Amino acid sequence: MALTLDIEGPAAPPRLNGELVFDTPWEGRSFAMAAALAEGGHFSWYEFRDHLIAAIGRWESDPVGEYRYYERWQEALESIVDELEIVAQPEVDELAAAYAARPPGHDHGDHAHHHDHARHQDHGGHRHRHDHARHQDHGGHRHDHAH
Amino acid sequence: MADPTHIKDRPSPAVRAEALESLLTERGLVKSEVLDGFINRFVNDVGPMNGAKVVAKAWTDPDYREHLLADGTGAIKELGFAGPQGEHIVVVENSDDVHNVVVCTLCSCYPWPVLGLPPEWYKDPAYRSRMVREPRTLLSEMGLDLDDEVEVRVWDSSAENRYLVLPQRPDGTDDLSEEELAALVTRDAMVGVARVSAG
Repeated sequence: MALTLDIEGPAAPPRLNGELVFDTPWEGRSFAMAAALAEGGHFSWYEFRDHLIAAIGRWESDPVGEYRYYERWQEALESIVDELEIVAQPEVDELAAAYAARPPGHDHGDHAHHHDHARHQDHGGHRHRHDHARHQDHGGHRHDHAH
Repeated sequence: MADPTHIKDRPSPAVRAEALESLLTERGLVKSEVLDGFINRFVNDVGPMNGAKVVAKAWTDPDYREHLLADGTGAIKELGFAGPQGEHIVVVENSDDVHNVVVCTLCSCYPWPVLGLPPEWYKDPAYRSRMVREPRTLLSEMGLDLDDEVEVRVWDSSAENRYLVLPQRPDGTDDLSEEELAALVTRDAMVGVARVSAG
């Protein structure tokens, strides 16, 4: 079982000064979505920074749980795409709820990062294809929920 | 995921990120391969080793040092390091009398092209608030004791500026090549929470 990270082996995730750049794969995806949208001209980093400051500020004025930078990043990303009418917040909420309701065996919830890590290590570049397949599987569910 | 209060109220950020990626992909706004490319770039190619090269060059080339202190962005670009969060890099130099340290109190701005993405502690609310309030104490807790005579300058990143500390070159490194010097320079020294040691 690859439930713990292989730190030393050839499949070990890359590190920066002894630290993982992203603790879990979704953090990397969230980071990269913002980077891709900024590079694509959908918003500037200055605008994104304003949303990030606001998201961090909301947490700091009412701290719930442990502070996780990329959770605030994800929140900022959702709020900027909502404000710019790129993707409305309810759409994200609805699809995320549908994903969260997937039966056990899908990688979500507590096990998500373990599975993701294992998959990342084992399959490297193929990861996105698995994701695509999964997204397609669930596209139908989402549609059902919408009606 | 690790936070039960969030699971109760709303899906975990992992699931939310997955949902958002799916929606953005459907609309043709992002491509999975492009996201993979960004991740690989910041995991493998962009990191403190870039900044270390800048510092080592400044230590060995007085003209470059001058250029770097006058126009950080330009001098850094000259070595091939540019990109998001690198548009306005200001380089601040440590000396026997002045120690510089960098923070971003409002979010966690950081000069990505030269340092990569910020480490966990840099993003921590405690670091962000305490480095401004009590830099000497915090630096000491992080393992850097400064003499009382040394002035501490705390640079808070703004919407425009990202800061990079040019640390002091350690004694006993006169014989080292630029490459060997670069290997001594750490991320922490370029944020200003550590010194460079001769190894």
